[in-house]
Order: sequence, then structure tokens, then C-alpha cells
Amino acid sequence: MSADVELDHVWIRFGPFVAVRDATLRIENGEFFSFLGPSGCGKTTILRTISGFLEPSQGTVRIGGQDMRGIGANRRPTALIFQNLALFPLMTVAENIAYGLRVRGVPRAEQRRKVDELLGLTALRDQGTKRIAELSGGQKQRVAIARALAVEPKVLLLDEPLSALDLKLRQHMRNELRAIQQRVGITFIYITHDQGEALTMSDRIAVMNAGMIEQVGDGQTVFDEPTTAFVASFVGENNPFQGKVVAAHDGRVTVDTPVGRLGGRNPRGLKLGDDAILFVRPDALRLGPGAGGDTLSAVVLNVAFEGTMSHVFLKGPTRKDIIITVGRGESQRLPEQGETASIHYGAAAGLALPAGRLASD
Amino acid sequence: MTSQGVWRAMLGFYLLLFFGFLFGPLIVMGITAFNTPNYPQAYPFEAFTIHWFSDLLGDSELMEGLQNSLIIGAGVVALTVPVGLAGAIVMTQVYWRARGLYYLIVVSPVLTPGVILGISTVIFWKDVTRVTDAKFLYDGFFLAIVGQSTFISAYCMLVFLARLQRFDRAQEEAALDLGATQPQVFRHILLPFLRPAVFSSAVLAFLSSFENYNTTTFAILADKTLVTVLAGRVRQGTTPEISALAVLIIAVTLAGAIAYEALRRREAAREATALAQARVEDGGEPGPALAAAT
Amino acid sequence: MGQRRASPCPRAGSPVIESLVKGLLFAVPFVIVAVFWILAARERRAAADPSAKSFLERNGGVMAAFLIVAVGFWAIVMIVLPQLYMVDFSFHPKLPAKDYGGPEDHYTLASYRYFIYGSTEETDSYNIVHLRAFVLTIGASIGVTFFSFWFCYPLAYFMAQSAGPARLRMLMLLLILPFWVNEILRAFAMRIMLGTSGLINNLLVGLGVLAEPIDFLGLDIGMYTGLAYAYLLLMMFPLYNAIESLDRNQIEAARDLGAPWWHIHLNVVMPFAKPGIASGCTMVFMLSAGALAAPQILGGPNSLWFTPIVYDRFYQAFNWPQGSAYALILLLTCIVFVMAVMRVFKVNLGEITR
Ligand SMILES: Nc1ncnc2c1ncn2[C@@H]1O[C@H](COP(=O)(O)OP(=O)(O)O)[C@@H](O)[C@H]1O
Ligand SMILES: [Mg+2]
Repeated sequence: MSADVELDHVWIRFGPFVAVRDATLRIENGEFFSFLGPSGCGKTTILRTISGFLEPSQGTVRIGGQDMRGIGANRRPTALIFQNLALFPLMTVAENIAYGLRVRGVPRAEQRRKVDELLGLTALRDQGTKRIAELSGGQKQRVAIARALAVEPKVLLLDEPLSALDLKLRQHMRNELRAIQQRVGITFIYITHDQGEALTMSDRIAVMNAGMIEQVGDGQTVFDEPTTAFVASFVGENNPFQGKVVAAHDGRVTVDTPVGRLGGRNPRGLKLGDDAILFVRPDALRLGPGAGGDTLSAVVLNVAFEGTMSHVFLKGPTRKDIIITVGRGESQRLPEQGETASIHYGAAAGLALPAGRLASD
Repeated sequence: MTSQGVWRAMLGFYLLLFFGFLFGPLIVMGITAFNTPNYPQAYPFEAFTIHWFSDLLGDSELMEGLQNSLIIGAGVVALTVPVGLAGAIVMTQVYWRARGLYYLIVVSPVLTPGVILGISTVIFWKDVTRVTDAKFLYDGFFLAIVGQSTFISAYCMLVFLARLQRFDRAQEEAALDLGATQPQVFRHILLPFLRPAVFSSAVLAFLSSFENYNTTTFAILADKTLVTVLAGRVRQGTTPEISALAVLIIAVTLAGAIAYEALRRREAAREATALAQARVEDGGEPGPALAAAT
Repeated sequence: MGQRRASPCPRAGSPVIESLVKGLLFAVPFVIVAVFWILAARERRAAADPSAKSFLERNGGVMAAFLIVAVGFWAIVMIVLPQLYMVDFSFHPKLPAKDYGGPEDHYTLASYRYFIYGSTEETDSYNIVHLRAFVLTIGASIGVTFFSFWFCYPLAYFMAQSAGPARLRMLMLLLILPFWVNEILRAFAMRIMLGTSGLINNLLVGLGVLAEPIDFLGLDIGMYTGLAYAYLLLMMFPLYNAIESLDRNQIEAARDLGAPWWHIHLNVVMPFAKPGIASGCTMVFMLSAGALAAPQILGGPNSLWFTPIVYDRFYQAFNWPQGSAYALILLLTCIVFVMAVMRVFKVNLGEITR
């Protein structure tokens, strides 16, 4: 049986509040799939719906083609790793891992064999007799993974499992998670508000905002070809310039912004007079007047040297500063604070999208 | 300096007064247990004796009362701990006004004078007996247990509620997610978590039952507990035998308190070392990579 | 009293109405359960949580049955029904056991009439003894509550705000220890102190301060002291807990603003500690007003506390309806007091019983 997870026009309401709005997508068997979005956008809610703790107010959840309505969390082929891990503090590591087998009535010897195997897989050998309180953060993480894998789920659901760890450990655990997924070969559905995590680990990403799935695609697509203003501003740093479309032809538009007329690509087919936002990535902006491309000028607020690169902050048309990233190798003169600098970007670097809510940081 | 000094002196005087009030009578009572006159007398102290203690052992009425108290205490524990547990669990599953109504009803016995609980219990069960002709229900032991349990169950519930407040609901969900059924979740997750509360509510229930007078004196009918025997004695006239009993009770209590404190300290120390150990290991964290394990 | 039967005493009504009243009375538990059930179901749905399952689903069959039986037995059979029975019983006449439910058994106000007029039928003189005892009990309980509050407050404040951890543990232990000693024994200890040949009198007479011993017990001083002694700690701990959670900085800030110390206590600490004060006052009042041991043991021969009177109605006069009526009067008084405290201090029940 394949274990594709399908959401079919799923709505989830808490009273009058709509937490998930018309979510439709299909997650393939064996995929590492991430939901990425700011906190409060409904990621956990979706995960709890897939795992069976919530029933959709409307719409259908299918796993392996089977409608899951009315099937409780304890009878779904999914295992959930909770945001706070929810390990059982009164059991040892081995008892935690064996718990799912124990309640299924698996024989003792079989339980022990499985626990040993999982302790090995998660680099916890010799830790089986320890109590949860005696483990470090990273070890707890692994116990939670082992405990969930013990019941051989078809789908593993992970709710921001790394958010409690410190930075170094987090980066290490990313690789480890990815490696485990490749080894066990089951579907991982991963939730995070950290785009770095989503981009490095996932086969595909669904970017969410306020209960809506804004875009689904692989990391590169989501980063390079965002389809909404929210995705463009949430995934990766971006400079938005709001304005009205004053010219549109051949897949390109010109947008009249407070800092001048700027051109960019037009994948969403904006038309004359539409409200638009033109995005340019900080690393695509260059200092100095351009030869043929689009040029604007602004007052330099601050220059931050950060080793391999520098950030230049300029006074933007809105409250948000314009950011330029200057690589070390590039022979550009860094401007002084307070001077008015010209900046430009290449023709392909501008991306115009329909006006919409931006990710507020 | 002077104003500081005045304050300090006043504080000292007040503390002396407070604890003098609290302990003075008990200490005096303790002294009378060892004095020879057969009226409890601390001053003048005539001669040291332990004869009041030996009298105590031969006092069959007291001994019988003690036995009854123990039986009733056990019955109260057996009834109130499960009821208090159920009460606390139900409390966590209702909201707003339903919760308010529920809380009002189950906590009202705590704010009701004990005599009233005793009276109402006796009247109710007497009528139940009359209607059902089940004579065994109109029994001092049964009524004492039921009467005391009305409010002791609320004590137990409050103990359980305090512990439940620290329960992480996600653990229940985690167990469910791993395939456990509701009864399994209860047995494997919730009950072990509540075990310390089971223990402390049992102790609380037993002690509350053991020392209860107001409810018991109505509900016990013709039987006697240690406390009702004591009350009868004290009302009839005072003898140093009662002082001796008090000294014994205080000694047992003191020993219990000290043992409990020692146990608690050892537990705290154990937890502290475990925590320190975990912290050390976190330092060398990213060592055992998965790659190495596979 | 037998030959006075003829005199028409007002009755609550015909047998039909009687059974109606009785039926209504015992419908109360069902009404309570129904109201509770409806509220619980509606509010679970309104809790806006699609994961909220029905009671049965959430607990599983066995657990649900256990919860319903345990809580139902407690709330209905142990708490509500006995109280209703007591209310009902207080409106019955005093009859031999075999006559209950018989033709003589009418609803009547006789017991209440007795409380006020000293007779079940006449209304021309007042039952001075019981009325006085009642008023005195309430008044003295309020007095004991007041005293306990002022006596405990400084120590509670000191422990919560100034004492170091070591000293705090020590004080706590010292406070809890006497609390483990039985109420009867504590009253007994007080009696040893205050009796006419008790320690204090022996000392004072022995030192020549007094020529004659003072009869502390006969003057009811012993009883009031004993009550305060018995329930002091129920004032102490709620107060301490409430003051303990007050941020020290608030006091420092007030002090920096130049507020005098009494001003800080009156306007910063006490308002903050309101729930604790309410809780302590309620408990001490309720326990004092319902106290049986201290008045029995420490009360002088002429002192009449209300609770022992209730006891005597039952086990001396064997007049259970009257005892029930008296108990109900005491209960209503306590309810009024609790509600008054909740109103005055603007706290809810949860804060009082914490
Ligand atoms: N049980 C609930 N009742 C009401 N609102 C809820 C409930 N659970 C979640 N929400 C709301 O739904 C929204 C999405 O929550 P969640 O899925 O937890 O977000 P996140 O993306 O941070 O995981 C939030 O605004 C949250 O307040
Ligand atoms: Mg979340």
C-alpha cells in the first residue's frame, strides 16, 4: 500500500476562527515534505489533522487513498513527533521507544530487538536504561524519533522538532534527520518556521500564511520563482518596491515605485494599472549606476561588515530599509554612511508579483 | 540605629509572643504528662513519673477507639482517593459555567461546618435505611466513613488538581498516537504521573479522618473513635493520661515529619545530580553522528 | 404538648401539596445533573475545539463509567441529597420513628418557631437562650477571625518578604508542627493553661499577683483563646501564600516614593493579598462558628455556643427535626458570610479554596 497523504479542500475552524483555509495538496510516498510558515499560520493544526487529533471541519484527509474520517489517532499509520517531544518522563529511554510495541502486545523479545535496532539507528546505544531527565536536548530528540519509528509508521510527522535546540546542534540534527529519512524510506512531513531547515532538508515545501497554502514546490522553485508577495518576502531576504504597473509586454513589466520606474519579470501576467510589488534580492542589487538595467538612488543608513560579505542598508521608500549584500570578492567600493548611492540590478533580477501581504519580520 | 533597633526588638517580641502562644500550651501539656499529681499540673512540678504512659496501654476504651479510628481511616482513604481522582479528572474536562457549577457543588463541603455534614449524612442514610430496609447502612462505621468523605474527597481532589496542572497533555496524545487505547493511556501515563499525588492525598485523607471530631461525633452513632473517646474524657475531667497520649502523638508526628523531610532531601539531591550529568553530556553533543552509527 | 393538639397550628397544606413539595425537592438532583450536562455539552462545543470529543470517546468506556459513578455518588449521594434531606427534615414535626410518612407527618415550621419563640406553637415570648447563643456565636466568630488576621498578618508578611530561606524553612516547620496535634488535645492543652488550677492561675497565685484564681473558662476567655488557637494556621498559610507572590520591587517602589510603612501595607500589600485574606477569613470564621470541641471543652458552665446546642438537640433532646433546623440556620449563616466575603473582597470561590 502506498502512503500518499492527500488533503482535499480541507478547512479547519476553531469556532469563528479559520485556522486552515481550503488546503489541497498531495504528498508522495517517501517524500520529505515541509510546511513552512510563520508561527500561528496553522502548520501544527494541519499536522494534527493528518495525525487524527483534529477532524477537518470540511474536506477530506486521505492516506494511501483511504478516507481517514472517523479513524482516531491511535489507528492511523502515522506517528507524530510533538513540538515539545512529549517523552514519557517516568519511563526509561528503552521503555519510551518500546511503548508503541507494548500497547500493541508485541512479545518482549521482539520489543527488545526492535529497541536495540532503533537505539543503534539514532546513535543512542548504551542509553537505553537512562531516564529521560538524564538526557541532553539532542538525545531527547533522538529518543522521540526512535519512539515514533518503532511503530513502523507509513508517515512520520514532525512538528518543529529542532526548535528547542541550540544553533549548532540544530544544523547537525538537520543532516541526521535527512539521513534517517533516506534510510527508513518513509514519508516525512516536517513543520518549521525556519526557511533554512525547510530548504536544506525537503524534497518539496508548502509555504503557508494565515491558514492558506500559498505555494508548493521544491526549494529552488520556491526561492527563485515565488508566486506570491508573501512567499517572495518570507523565503529568503528580499527588497520589495510597491507601485502600479505602467507598462506590460513580452513577459516583462515596468512598475512605478516611489523610488522610480523599475522593470522586472512578470510570471503572473500583471496588466497595466495593477497594483504590484517588485522584488529584488539583496545579492542581485549592485552599487553604482547601471549600464542598461534599472537604477535608483537612496541614502546610505548603515554599512555592516560581516566577514565574507557586507550588508549595506539604504533608506527605502517604506519603513523597511533596502538591503544590498556585497560579496568580498566583488571589487565594489563600499559607500559611506549618509551619502546618496546609486544602485542597479540586472534585467532578470527584478520580479513583479501582484500586491499582497508581505511577511513582517 | 535606634529606629532599626526598636523595630527589631518589636519583631523579636512579637515572634516570641506568637510562638509562645503556639507552643506554650503544648509544652506545658507535655510537662504535665510526666508529673505525678493526678490533675494535669506543670507547676509546681512534684516528681517525675512515666506511669501515665503505662496507664494508657491498659486503657481498653482508648485502644478500641484507636482501632476504630484506624479502620475508619482506611475506609476513608479507600473511598476518597478514587473519588478525588475522578473529581479532578472530570474537573479538567468541563469548561466555564459547567465548571463553576461543578466546583461549587464538590467544594461546598470544605466550606460547610463539619457538624452539618455529620447531621445531614445521618438523616439521609437513616431514611435510606427506612425506605430500603437495608439495616447495615445505618451503621456508625459506614456513616462516619461516608460523612467524613464528603469533604475529604474535596481535599483529595484539590491535591490531584494541583498535580494535574503540571501535566503535559501532549503526553496523553503521544501515547494515543503510538496506538494506545484510552484505558491504556490512563494506566500507563496519567496514573504513574499522579502517583505522588495518590500517596499524598492518601496521607492527607487518613490524617484528616483520624483527627476529625465534628463530623464523626454525629455520624459515629453508638460507636467510638479515638477522638470521640478523647473528647468525652476531656469533658468529664482532665487527667495526665491525656497529656501522655498527646506526647505520644506529637512524638510520632515529629518522627514522621523528620523522615518525610529526609526522604524529600534525598530525592532532590538525586534529581540535581542527574540534571548536572545531562548538562555535561550536552556539551559534547554533535559527536555521535548518524553516519558513524550506520 | 399532647393536649394542645386541638389548637390550630398552621400547616403547610394538604397531602397533595405535601407530596408535590417533596417531589420538587427530590427533583433537584436531577435538575442539577441535567443543567450540568447541558452546560458541559454546550460549552464543550463552544470551546471551539474540533478535537473536543464526547465524554465517552475521550475517556473510553471503563473510565467514563468509573468517573460518572464516582463523581455522581460523591456529588449527588454524598453532598446534595443529604443536604436536601436535612432541609426537608427540618420542616417535619418531631415524631417517633415509626410515624414518619404517617398521617401525623406534615410540613411545619415548628422547629423554626421554637428557635425564635422557645415553643413550637406559642409566639408570645422569645427563645432568649438560643437566640443569644446564636448571635454571640456569630459575633464571637467574627471577633476570632479579626484577631487571627491581625495576629497572623505580621508574621505572614515577615515570612513572605523578609525571612531568608533557612529561617523560612524553620518558621514553616514550627508553624506546621502544632497543627498536627489534634484539635481536642489542643483544646485540652489550653485548658491546662487556663483552668482555675491551671498553670497561669497557679503561677499568678503562687507569685502573689492574685489572691484568688481567675475563672478564665467561666468567663469564656478560655473558649475564645482556644478557638483562635485552634484555627490560627488556617489564617496563616493563605496569607503567607498570597503575600509571597507579591513582587518585592513593588514594595521597594512604594517605599522609594516615600510612602509610610502603614500606607504600604494598607494600599499595596493588603489589596494584593486579598484572595489570601478572603480565604483565611472564610476558613477561620466557618470553623469557629461550627466549632464543637473548643466550646465543649473550654466553655464554662454557662457559656452557650451554637454548635453544642445543635448537638444537644440531637443527642440530648432527641429532637432531630429541630437539630436539622438549627443546623440549617448555621449553614445559611455560613453561606451568607462566604458570599459577603466574596463580594467585599471581589474574589471567587476558586481563590478561596485554593
Ligand atoms: N484549540 C484551538 N482553539 C482555538 N484556536 C486555536 C486552537 N489551536 C490553534 N488555534 C489557532 O490556530 C492558529 C494556528 O495555530 P497553529 O496551527 O498552532 O500554528 P503554527 O503554525 O504556529 O503551528 C493560531 O492562531 C492559533 O491561535
Ligand atoms: Mg506549531
